[in-house]
Amino acid sequence: MAEEFAVRMVNITKTFGHVTANDKVYLELHRGEILSLLGENGSGKTTLMNMLSGIYFPDSGQIYINGREVTISSPHDAYRLGIGMVHQHFKLVDVLTAAENIALGLPGGLVVDRKAIGARVREICDRYGFSVDPDKKVYDMSVSEKQTLEIVKTLYRGADILILDEPTAVLTPQETETLFAVMRNMRADGKSIIIITHKLNEVLEISDRVTVLRKGEYIGDMDTAKADARALTDMMVGRTVTLNIQRDLPVDPQRRLEIRNLTVKDADGVVRLDDINLDVYAGEILGVAGVSGCGQKELLEAIAGLQPAVSGSSIKYRPTGRSGPAEELLGLGPRAVSDRGIRLAFVPEDRLGMGLVASMNIAGNMMLKEYRAGKSPLVERRHPYDMARNIVRELEVVTPSIETPVRQLSGGNVQKVLVGREIAMHPTVLMSAYAVRGLDINTSYTIYRLLNEQKKAGVAVIYVGEDLDVLLQLCDRIAVLCGGRLSDIVDGRTATKEQVGYLMTNMGKEASA
Amino acid sequence: MTDHEPLIHIARRDGLVWWRAWCIRLIGAALALLASALFIYSITKLNPVKVYAAMWEGAFGSARRAWITARDASILLCIGVGLAPAFMMRFWNVGAEGQVLMGGCATAAVLIYLGRTLPTAQLLTLSVIVSLVAGAVWGLIPALFKARWNTNETLFTLMMNYIAIQITCFLVAIWENPKGSNSVGIINQQTQAGWLPALFGKQYLLNVIIVLTIAVVMYLYLKYTKHGYEISVVGESENTARYAGISVRRVIIRTMVLSGAVCGLSGFIAVAGSSHTISTATAGGRGFTAIIVAWMAKFNTFVMILIALLLVFLEKGAIQIASQFNLNDYASDVVTGIILFFLLGSEFFIQYTVRFRSHAHKTQEVEA
Repeated sequence: MAEEFAVRMVNITKTFGHVTANDKVYLELHRGEILSLLGENGSGKTTLMNMLSGIYFPDSGQIYINGREVTISSPHDAYRLGIGMVHQHFKLVDVLTAAENIALGLPGGLVVDRKAIGARVREICDRYGFSVDPDKKVYDMSVSEKQTLEIVKTLYRGADILILDEPTAVLTPQETETLFAVMRNMRADGKSIIIITHKLNEVLEISDRVTVLRKGEYIGDMDTAKADARALTDMMVGRTVTLNIQRDLPVDPQRRLEIRNLTVKDADGVVRLDDINLDVYAGEILGVAGVSGCGQKELLEAIAGLQPAVSGSSIKYRPTGRSGPAEELLGLGPRAVSDRGIRLAFVPEDRLGMGLVASMNIAGNMMLKEYRAGKSPLVERRHPYDMARNIVRELEVVTPSIETPVRQLSGGNVQKVLVGREIAMHPTVLMSAYAVRGLDINTSYTIYRLLNEQKKAGVAVIYVGEDLDVLLQLCDRIAVLCGGRLSDIVDGRTATKEQVGYLMTNMGKEASA
Repeated sequence: MTDHEPLIHIARRDGLVWWRAWCIRLIGAALALLASALFIYSITKLNPVKVYAAMWEGAFGSARRAWITARDASILLCIGVGLAPAFMMRFWNVGAEGQVLMGGCATAAVLIYLGRTLPTAQLLTLSVIVSLVAGAVWGLIPALFKARWNTNETLFTLMMNYIAIQITCFLVAIWENPKGSNSVGIINQQTQAGWLPALFGKQYLLNVIIVLTIAVVMYLYLKYTKHGYEISVVGESENTARYAGISVRRVIIRTMVLSGAVCGLSGFIAVAGSSHTISTATAGGRGFTAIIVAWMAKFNTFVMILIALLLVFLEKGAIQIASQFNLNDYASDVVTGIILFFLLGSEFFIQYTVRFRSHAHKTQEVEA
């Protein structure tokens, strides 16, 4: 009897340092089916698939392809087993044509037989309904064409098992429809497909079955026919966990930032933030929720003066006390902002690549924002050293000495140094992006405590987070972003996890009502 | 899973105590001498100790030789010091050769055209200024393009060298003296106008003092000033620099002007203080050798003093053993190559540690 499973992954565990990305995960893919792999950011979907495609090697567990146990230790092994993966970031050579990209890395002589390749490519395209011009250069292609080329490339190499990593993230709705049509054609032809996604409507539309991961753990799988959005959301976000984070009522909240019609486009002209209107109050913690890449980074960077906005956008800053005129922050840049005495603290997502100078010691990092002070051409060195010693003592930073480059500190200690510096500037606005990502429980609670102290001191705190439990128990209000738009702002004390989950996946206000 | 684990595993070290790093360097130096000795003996059957003694003789054998070694090392050092700020900023200025030549040409022009009219003090001051400006301009052009259009600075500065070489050839043709010699000859040979004066009767003492002063000042500039801090931040991460409100463009331009200017000044020292002529040999590849100096010293200008001395010592020693033992020039180049190979190799072992499979497994068990 033919084995019914194309892929079976059993008890797969993968750790990176002390972070467990996959913890005893199971995955089964039947022949000729489309399986959705669903989960929030950081739930371990991509890690799991990278082990199937030979990019990572599991710490433990077994992989069976067509019923036979296999060892996949390189992408080459994966190809031999008929597994092809289309990554979120395409792996194409821009200056080569479609046909040349397909021929790359394949065995064969020095001469590329473009005619033969072209013929096979056309055959594959006709069979599944793609359109690829073999002679087109990749740099002339749209995102959707590049993705099509990636899929054709894997099929050309004889893949029977296809993995698509968030394929729709870069596509327009029409292009998504085309992709789904092609996927159905491939399924009809007997191919087995895994699609990684966190969009519920797509799961329901395209897949036969769905496997859900949460925080690296296998939660379960379900036939899509029997599933609905609510059940899947529950599986994805899980039950509410009580965290016992302290939360006081805001005392005398005053409006600190007025964000109006904020629209941001990236270098390619893609809209990253779409007409955001939001007020931030002193003395409260405003949470920002959303699937990652929905504009959180752009929002914080726009406030920090690092992100140019489309004209017509406005971010007004109201100084402490009810008097004094509001100042427009957009267009100033970080230096002009601090020169005006506006103390914006910012704990960015990329701690070592943006918030800190990785090769410098703690004291060297302390002076990053205030080294300019004073007329002397020399940097003042005593104060940063005092500051460094203070932070090491008060936040219990574990470091051999304050001379140690911050690169050599552990993630939690790096974050303590960064948060400590930002708080030491006595900010009026404190922005943080994924402030507890990768930190252990104790350090996370230290961060929550520090944010609460700032709130109490009358600072306007913005907390961009990914863990809904934390957002719901730390924040006074939560702004939910979806695809660069503000879905809604909910009260952190009354909102439910499901409600925020719906808003994040753009199920809209009607679903939460 | 043991099958998949490679036999040798190279891992980055997280900082090494300074004395252990120096131990590794010493071992490297010892191995270099040993390997060179084996090479010398197996090829030439000469006594390696004698050959090493001859190298020492060539570089420091007499007061005059020692001064020439010091003179050449100081020019090399000056160029290396000029590269330091650019390299700290991770701006790969490989255009020192051109910047030196432009500084040298500017100096030569002053000496040739104004040598009869201006007194020495003014002549020297003017030479210093124009050589600084000429080098700065040669550094500024690639910096502007980098800051404005993010062009690749390595290619850009490299190509600027060839332009500078062509300009030098052109000027040599104009300044030819005597006609038909295809060289400029010694400028102001009788009057010595515009030459760096001898100090306490030592012809090259002033060169050495100037360059050592620049090295010290550059060290302080990079380590203790706000500009130096900005250079380090931009070099580490432009994102962090933007986050901190540093204008990356301005820092790039300012730093490259400085880098080019110091390299230009090296050209002044080479012309007014050393060769008293101008040709493409005024730079003579030292703009590239200085890259090794800067890198081996990890951009620390004090360590550069040692490295520059070492490289010039090797060069002079190689010339000496080539003539004394009738060896081919290439044989001495091989010795130089072996020594550099081991010294650079020891840097690898300071940065990385090599683990073997069984060892790696043991550490995993310990962690578990």
